[in-house]
Amino acid sequence: MNRAKPIRRKLDIKNGRVELSHGSGGRAMAQLINDIFHAAFDNDWLRSNNDQASLDALPGRLVMTTDGYVVSPLFFPGGDIGSLSVHGTINDIAMGGATPKYLSASFIIEEGFPFADLERIAQSMGEASRAAGVPIVTGDTKVVERGKADGVFISTAGVGVLPEEISLSSDKARPGDAVLVSGSMGDHGVAIMSRRENLQFDVEILSDSAPLHGLVADMIAAAGGSLRVMRDPTRGGLAAALNEIALQSDVGFAIEEALIPVKPQVAAACEFLGLDPLYVANEGKLVAICEAQAAETLLAAMRAHPLGKNASMIGHVVEDENNFVEMKTGFGGGRIVDWLSGEQLPRIC
Amino acid sequence: MCLAIPAKVTELLGDDMARIDMDGVSKVINVALVEDLSLGDFVVVHVGYALSRIDPEEAELTLSLLREAALVGNAS
Amino acid sequence: MKYVDEYRDPALAKGLAAAIAAEAEAGRTYRFMEFCGGHTHAISRYGVEDMLPANVRMIHGPGCPVCVLPVGRIDDAIRLAARPDVTLCTYADLMRVPASNGASLLKARAAGADIRMVYSTLDALRIARSEPRREVVFFAIGFETTTPPTALAVRQAKAEGCANFSVFCNHVLTPVAMRAILAGEEEGVPPLDGIVGPAHVSTVIGSRPYEFVATEYHKPVVISGFEPLDVMQSILMLVHQLNQNRCEIENQYARAVVPQGNARALEAIAEVFELRDSFEWRGLGAVAKSALRLRDAFAAFDAERRFEIETKAAADNPACECGAILRGAKRPMDCKLFGTLCTPETPMGSCMVSSEGSCAAHYAYGRFRDRARTQKEGVLQ
Repeated sequence: MNRAKPIRRKLDIKNGRVELSHGSGGRAMAQLINDIFHAAFDNDWLRSNNDQASLDALPGRLVMTTDGYVVSPLFFPGGDIGSLSVHGTINDIAMGGATPKYLSASFIIEEGFPFADLERIAQSMGEASRAAGVPIVTGDTKVVERGKADGVFISTAGVGVLPEEISLSSDKARPGDAVLVSGSMGDHGVAIMSRRENLQFDVEILSDSAPLHGLVADMIAAAGGSLRVMRDPTRGGLAAALNEIALQSDVGFAIEEALIPVKPQVAAACEFLGLDPLYVANEGKLVAICEAQAAETLLAAMRAHPLGKNASMIGHVVEDENNFVEMKTGFGGGRIVDWLSGEQLPRIC
Repeated sequence: MCLAIPAKVTELLGDDMARIDMDGVSKVINVALVEDLSLGDFVVVHVGYALSRIDPEEAELTLSLLREAALVGNAS
Repeated sequence: MKYVDEYRDPALAKGLAAAIAAEAEAGRTYRFMEFCGGHTHAISRYGVEDMLPANVRMIHGPGCPVCVLPVGRIDDAIRLAARPDVTLCTYADLMRVPASNGASLLKARAAGADIRMVYSTLDALRIARSEPRREVVFFAIGFETTTPPTALAVRQAKAEGCANFSVFCNHVLTPVAMRAILAGEEEGVPPLDGIVGPAHVSTVIGSRPYEFVATEYHKPVVISGFEPLDVMQSILMLVHQLNQNRCEIENQYARAVVPQGNARALEAIAEVFELRDSFEWRGLGAVAKSALRLRDAFAAFDAERRFEIETKAAADNPACECGAILRGAKRPMDCKLFGTLCTPETPMGSCMVSSEGSCAAHYAYGRFRDRARTQKEGVLQ
C-alpha cells in the first residue's frame, strides 16, 4: 500500500513573508530552514539535519566567543547584517591570536519579514563564511510577533584554536610598547549613519566589514611573541578600545592625531554630524600593541596584507596612573581622548 | 554652539532647495535664506539650511593676515 | 575641506602662538570669554589653551543652548511626549539632558514615548506631512543661528495648512545674555577684558548688536570663526586692542559675517517670533526679554498654547557651581561636584550636560592639564 509523498512546494521567496508558523517547529519551519539557510550555508554538518554539529577534536587550546547583531539599517553600503555577523565573530576569535574554525548562527525574525530579504542576508552570510573558510555548522530559528523585533536579529558563536605559544591579552600592554592600527578609522559607522532615517546623506564610503584572521595570521608569523594586545575597535571606536586597554593594563597612551588614518569623506561626514572619527565604529580594523623593537617588522607585515595596506603606527604606551589616552592634536595642542559618554549622537550645537 | 560647516553648492533644485558637497559628502538642503545663489558658491550649512555665503576674497584676506601674524610671531 | 583645513594649519598655529606670546604684555593678565560653545569645543578639541601664554586665560561662556535650557522646559517636553497622540521631534543634543527626578528624553523614549531625533526642521515637517494623524511637535532650541530654520518651518507649515505640526519654542537671544553676564560682574571677581564673539549667530544678526559691549562696558569684542586658527587670531586681535587701549567690535569672521547680518533670516525671525517678557536660563536665572515665542498670527503652531504648557521651575543641585562658572567667576575644578558626583555619564549641572558645556569640555579634553599643573606644583613643593 504505497501512499504518494505530498508534493513539496517551494517557498515563494519573491513575495512571501515570514509567519509565526515558520518558527513553530513544523513543516513550515523545516522548509524555511532548508530553502533559505541550508541553501545559503550548504555543508555536510547542516545536511545531516541534527540539532548539533559533531566536530573533530582540534589541536591547541580552544577559543570560544559569541556576539549578537542588531544593526539598523539591515543593509548598508559595503555589507549587511549577515556578512557583519560572520566577520564580527571571526574577528573576536582572531583578536585572541586564534584561528577561527566553526560558527553557529541563530536568527530571531520578526513576523512579516520578507523572505527575499532573509534570503539575501543568508546568502551574504554564506558567501562571507565561504570566503573566510569558516563554515556555519549549526543554527537555530525563532519567529516573534510583529513589533517584537526590528526585522531580524542574528546571534553568532564561534570556535577557534590557539597555538600554545600565543598569549594575547588586554592586560599585557607595557610602557614603551608601540601602538598600531591596521587602516582608516570610522568607515563602518559613517556608512551606517549615511543610511539612517532622518540623517540621510550621500557619501561614497563603504563599511569596512571584513574578516581579519588572515591579517592576524600574517602578523603572528612576523612578530609572534612580541605581540601583546590585539583589539578590534568596533562600538566606541578607537577611543573606546584604547581606553579599555589602558585600564586593563594599568597604563596610559600617547598618540598622535596626524598619524591616525581617516578618509577625507569620513572626516567630512564627521564634521557635518559633529562627531569625532575616533569614536566611530569599525568592523574590519584592528589595534595592535607590540614590543617597540618589533614594531617596524609588524608594520611591514600588516602593510603587505590587503586589509592592512594603510596600517600606521600611531603612538606608544606610557606609564600613567590615571590611565589617560593623551593625543597630540594635528593642530599642535594636546588633549585627552576620553571614553565615549552615552551613545554618540549627531550634534547641532 | 551652532555647528555649521562650509559646503559647495553643486546643484540648484528649485523650490529653495540645493544639493551641496563637502569632500564627497553630499546632501540636499534649503537655501531660502541666501540671496542670488550660484553653482560653485560656498555656503555655511546649519541644520539643513544655508545661513550665509562665504566670501572668497574675505577668506583669502583673513588667511593672508593669519600668515603675516604667524611670520611676525616666528620672527619674535 | 576648503575653508576648514586652511584654518587648522599647525605651522601657522605655531607662529600665531608665538605672536600672541609676544603681544601679551608681561605682568598683565588677559581674561577673555568665548561666548559660544563652538569656540569652547574648538579650544578643547585642538588643545588651543596649551598654546596660549599663561597670562592669557579663556573663560567659557554660556553659549551652549543645551546647557542654558532650564530643567523645567525639559520636564515640559517629556510630559508632552508622554501624550499618546504626540510625536516629539528633537535635535539629538537634547536626548541625554537630565530633567527632574533623573528623567531624560532618552529614558522617556525607552518608556514608550514617541520621540524621534531629527537633523533638521525639514525632517520634522516631513514627518508631520506623512503622519497626519500624529501631533508632531518640534522641540526647538538654540540661539539666533538655529532660529531662522524654525521660523521657515513654521511659515511653511502655515502656507501648506499642515495642521498637525507645532513648535515648542525655546529660542534665546545672544546679545541679551551677553549683557546679563557683563551686568552681573561681581566685586572681588576679576572682570572680563574682552569677548570672543559668536561666529554663526553673527552670520544672522551681524556685528552691530554687540556695540553696547564697547560703548557701555568698554570692552572689545572680536567676532570669530569656529576653526582653531580663527580663535587664535581673534585672541591676538583682542590682546592687540587692549594694548592699544581700544575697545571696538572687530570681525575676524568676515568671510561669512557682514555688519548688517542676514536680512532674509532676520525677516523670517521677525515675522514668526516676538520677544517673551522673561525667560529662565539655567545658570543665569530669569533674564528679561531674552527669548522668543510665536506671534499670535502663528498661534496655531505654538505647542505651548496648543497643549497649554505651563512651565514649573525646577531647582538645580545647590552645590552645583554652574551659575558662577557660566559667568566666569569660577572654573570647573573649583566646583566640589566636578569629576566626582558630576561627570558626563551622570551630569548634575548644566555645564556637564552638553559636550560644549565648559565642565564637560574640561572633563573630556582638559583634565590632564590639571594633572600636569599638580605635578609641577608637586615638584615645586
